[in-house]
Amino acid sequence: MRAAVVTFPGSNCDRDLAVAFEAAGFAVDRVWHKDTELPSGVDIVGLPGGFSHGDYLRCGAIAARAPIMKSVAEFAQSGGHVLGICNGFQVLLETGLLPGALMRNAGLKFLCKPVTLKVENADSAFTSEYAAGNETIFPIAHHDGNFTADAATLDQLEGEGRVAFRYAENPNGSARDIAGILSENRRVLGLMPHPERAIDPVTGNTDGAAMFKALSASLVAA
Amino acid sequence: MKATVTVMLKQGVLDPQGEAVRHALGTLGFEGVEGVRQGKVIELDLAEGTSEADVTSMCEKLLANTVIESYRVEMG
Repeated sequence: MRAAVVTFPGSNCDRDLAVAFEAAGFAVDRVWHKDTELPSGVDIVGLPGGFSHGDYLRCGAIAARAPIMKSVAEFAQSGGHVLGICNGFQVLLETGLLPGALMRNAGLKFLCKPVTLKVENADSAFTSEYAAGNETIFPIAHHDGNFTADAATLDQLEGEGRVAFRYAENPNGSARDIAGILSENRRVLGLMPHPERAIDPVTGNTDGAAMFKALSASLVAA
Repeated sequence: MKATVTVMLKQGVLDPQGEAVRHALGTLGFEGVEGVRQGKVIELDLAEGTSEADVTSMCEKLLANTVIESYRVEMG
């Protein structure tokens, strides 16, 4: 199993994401944003958290137009798995691989704390080790995590079971408490909370490890 | 030649920053500020012959996120 983790200028969770994949048994290729091709044989691409390009223009906007993203989009469109966390979620929305946008937190503050999430959809390669309806705790660390989409898009996401996680207590004003969403084929997940920061008992919480375990189990079987 | 692009949040999209500015103006004693919307202005220095259609394409592809933002282009 191979995972590619993309680093943009200003990414700061790329190493954490690589470590999380490695802990679940993946070999990890680190990819630079100026690369034009993903390594061959990659099973999943990770877009990490951080402040790519200093959040200039809009969070994730410039990273979404990086040379590597054409290859990431083709990979996703041909059925590849992509995991975008925090700034990586912002990049996925700016690329158009997931619908909606992330705006400034409703309370205008940068939020950095553990939050309780409700697992809405446990039927994906990312979430199969969780149980729908159960709660899990991931850390958040963002200023622009206020998920926004028009009512028709929100209805569609909910109707198609594409809301993966909701906040138990909405920290940032996100529409319908949405914390993470899946693509139509369930193979692209974007979420604001950080599962990769919750994989090691040393840092106090291992709730995120199940996501990487689930990916490892389903991608090895594929 | 120059072009000026104004990017604003679409009507109906809540603007928490604009609301904070409105509140601060009230705190300073400015009465009657009923609404504030905050956006951005992008000035482009362009080679002669660049068309408004080119600038519109720049807006669609990068300068505005049309999920939440609208834009206005002024040439010259």
